[in-house]
Amino acid sequence: MTEYSYIGTEAPRPDAPDKAAGKALYIHDLVRPGMLYGKIKFSEYAHARIKHIDTSKAEKLPGVHAVITGYNTPEIRIGFIRDNFALKKDKVRQFRDEVAAVAAIDPDIAEEAVDLIKVEYEELPSVFTPEDALKEGASLVHEVDTRGRPKSDNVVPVPWKFVAGDVQKAKQEAAFIAEDHFQTPLIQQSCLGTAGSIAEFDLNNNLLIHAKTQIPFLAQNDFNRALAAMGLKGKNTRVIVPAIGGSFGTGLDTHSYEYISILLAYKTGRPVKIVFNREEEFTALSPRQPPKSHIIQGCDKDGKLTFREIRMILDNGAYTSWGATTPSVMMLPISSLYRVPNVFYETKIVYTNNTYCQAMRGYGNPQGTWPIESNMDQLAEAAGIDPYEFRMINSNIPNETSPMGLKISTCGLKECLKTVAEKLDWEEKHGKGRSKARGVGMASLLHVGGGARVYRSDGTGIIMKLDDFGNVSVITGGVEMGQGFDASLTLASAEALGVTPDKINIISGDTATCPWDVGTHASRGAFTACNAAIMAADKAREKIFHLASEHFMRRVQSKLKKQKKKDPDFEIPDLDYERMFDPSEFDMKENYIFLKGEPDNPLLRVTLEEILRAAHYKEQGTMIATEAFYDPPNENIDPRTSRGNISATYSFGTQGAEVEVDLETGKVKVLQFVAAHDVGKVINKQTIMGQIYGGVVMGIGYALSEEYKTEKGKNLNPNFLDYKILSAPDVDFPIHAECIETNDEKGPFGAKGVGEPGLVPTAPAIANAVYDAIGIRIRDLPITPEKVLAALKEKKD
Amino acid sequence: MKKIIDFTLNGREVSAEVESHKMLLQVLRDTFQLTGTKDGCGQGECGACTVLVDGISINSCLYPAFEVDGKSVTTIEGLVGEGNKLHPIQEAFVENGGIQCGFCTPGMIMSAKALLDENPDPTDEELKKGISGNLCRCTGYVQIVDSIRKAAKSLK
Repeated sequence: MTEYSYIGTEAPRPDAPDKAAGKALYIHDLVRPGMLYGKIKFSEYAHARIKHIDTSKAEKLPGVHAVITGYNTPEIRIGFIRDNFALKKDKVRQFRDEVAAVAAIDPDIAEEAVDLIKVEYEELPSVFTPEDALKEGASLVHEVDTRGRPKSDNVVPVPWKFVAGDVQKAKQEAAFIAEDHFQTPLIQQSCLGTAGSIAEFDLNNNLLIHAKTQIPFLAQNDFNRALAAMGLKGKNTRVIVPAIGGSFGTGLDTHSYEYISILLAYKTGRPVKIVFNREEEFTALSPRQPPKSHIIQGCDKDGKLTFREIRMILDNGAYTSWGATTPSVMMLPISSLYRVPNVFYETKIVYTNNTYCQAMRGYGNPQGTWPIESNMDQLAEAAGIDPYEFRMINSNIPNETSPMGLKISTCGLKECLKTVAEKLDWEEKHGKGRSKARGVGMASLLHVGGGARVYRSDGTGIIMKLDDFGNVSVITGGVEMGQGFDASLTLASAEALGVTPDKINIISGDTATCPWDVGTHASRGAFTACNAAIMAADKAREKIFHLASEHFMRRVQSKLKKQKKKDPDFEIPDLDYERMFDPSEFDMKENYIFLKGEPDNPLLRVTLEEILRAAHYKEQGTMIATEAFYDPPNENIDPRTSRGNISATYSFGTQGAEVEVDLETGKVKVLQFVAAHDVGKVINKQTIMGQIYGGVVMGIGYALSEEYKTEKGKNLNPNFLDYKILSAPDVDFPIHAECIETNDEKGPFGAKGVGEPGLVPTAPAIANAVYDAIGIRIRDLPITPEKVLAALKEKKD
Repeated sequence: MKKIIDFTLNGREVSAEVESHKMLLQVLRDTFQLTGTKDGCGQGECGACTVLVDGISINSCLYPAFEVDGKSVTTIEGLVGEGNKLHPIQEAFVENGGIQCGFCTPGMIMSAKALLDENPDPTDEELKKGISGNLCRCTGYVQIVDSIRKAAKSLK
């Protein structure tokens, strides 16, 4: 085992003191000189033709600087397949469609002006379920595709399909089969800090935008395209990311409100800020997709999985974000969670007049794992095998390639399963609590843990720049949004370079000064950035040791002379001066440079800052700044075969719950929760625990309480009273989080990504526990008391 | 309607001319540029805007600014001592992982302060009840509860 100085410690986050003092600046807190406030006029219909927009009264309101619509601004197309527009013209396709916007000197005037805009609509027939949208003759959400060709149906042209082996044959040969339908609701990311941007132009018409984004460099690309559409081709965007009040996937796309702030800033020549209020955050930001799944799995007489078939239909809403690619991530657990040779998976994504969906933490994996892990328990029961045993029989193992081509290197799934079973006292409790309506359940996960080649690149850049005092600026393209990116990168950089963590200063969130990065998503932040930091640190150490070979001996000699002066009895040791001219003889730890094997002699070591100053303050001196670009050894999924090793390594985990169901009220009470995760290696203990705890509680919200309710396309619960995320008293049970270390050779110090896994298997673990407690299988989330009571009644009848 | 209000803000006597419809949150953030107090929902549901008025925790987004006339208001900035010395509760949040994105943190810490001022030795249940009006989406509350528990110890 390697001995580390900082890796695995509980070091507090570097961003925490400012946040604790209220000093961290979020988009809400930023004010730019001359700034105006933007406000958006949203549609009043789910589907309607825009007949006329009257902005005259709004324009005349004192304090209003601009009123824009799709008719007086250039068309800016946005979204994954560019089927969305910054401002809508001709027709609206969802309630949140942006039909106009204003910029005014204060938020109150902006709001008043928006109210003065009158839009005349002609309502059109709407489709609110994918099933209705697919019917013959259904109203078309988009009459033409993005190239202007007529569309004949509401199918989104992003099909996902995966086939391995022969599912039909396996079905015929299976000893046991379990089949069912499952679904998940729309849910909202619920960032405490709402969305917002501030756009402004300099006199060269280059754009500066402060944006709440996880993808500053891809956003730069998106915004540069918008500039071109505005007639500003060749002009550049600088994206600055302020402190982020939670993101959870909302920052993976660029959004209409950002483009509207850009259009307003250009029109007014002033900085324009748009910040959503809570209601807008719910109604005008995209939630997580709600797929409906039909699953069939089968196994042989010994309980070995032989096939898995899943057909899924997804409500896309009216436009297409990157969220339409979430089935590519669902494909991972569907093809590769547990060993299953024959797999069939097919999705259909359908336009409706509902709010369009986007990414959320886990990126499809929770929706995919919900049917798999619920149905695993059903199949185990059909086969007469304990569900824990059944999972152990089928567990993934290290060093094998899955049908999808995922090269599983390290795999701690069996240890995770075992940990959960032990902590829950599975043997004693499973199947034995029915009389008390108590039960235990478990579910597992597989997720990308070594980056994810979603785009052509999965790369990230790091620059390390050292100053006169041995301080190290670690300049990164990654984004801290609460997950602890800065904390992990601090420890990894300190460890790799050989300096103390207090010397590390993370600089991020500026496309003009930071090196390129593809985005902080897919649990890749720490994995990629820490790997890049190790590379940059290696380069820096090489340069430092070269400098040491020039300056070390003189420094040591002077120290020895000083010592002799102080203490005449001191005998200058007989030193091997040859070594001091050889860069390969040096090592550095805790800001000291020393000869290998002699780290502790104060007379024979030199501080990093001494060497740096010696390098700076000499004729033809030099400085130390190194850069590295890390792009993990992983592959894009081949769109023809749906195969490819998308991640350099994979994260595994198992979660387990013990629950008690109140038979009178139908309320599910969690008694204890266990989360065992194969994290590769713990980099920062405090932040990794925070990721797991936070994921679990978010997952329990998905399981038991969260639902973004709509009626005819309109959101009914755009506030925290009616949309229930868990509060502190709701977490009235212990959560045991266990990190299983498998030390993956691709990971920085062995670590895997862990940002998303915490909420992936939570809901099926609870549903399986509910089944164990009362024999009722809930198939559509959340597991509300109403659903439980209705199912209990049905069972009784 | 506008009115001049005089009150104590983080230990200093201040006065401000405010419009009748303004809430304390807006006055703190816009007039006094104390942006540590956060606007998370504007409807008293998330607790991000929690401050203390005469020692009692309130949602400043629902508290009419006129009402603080003659009272004493403490915000998150008011807990920081000279030389950027964090209050023991702030310190405990930093040391124990009670902070992730940080947006709920100021309100959470102010609620914790009100709780511990009144009940220096809360049970876990009392502690969670004390922050029941403060939503956090990042932490799952585990390390927040741990932070407050440790703050209670260090304040003794």
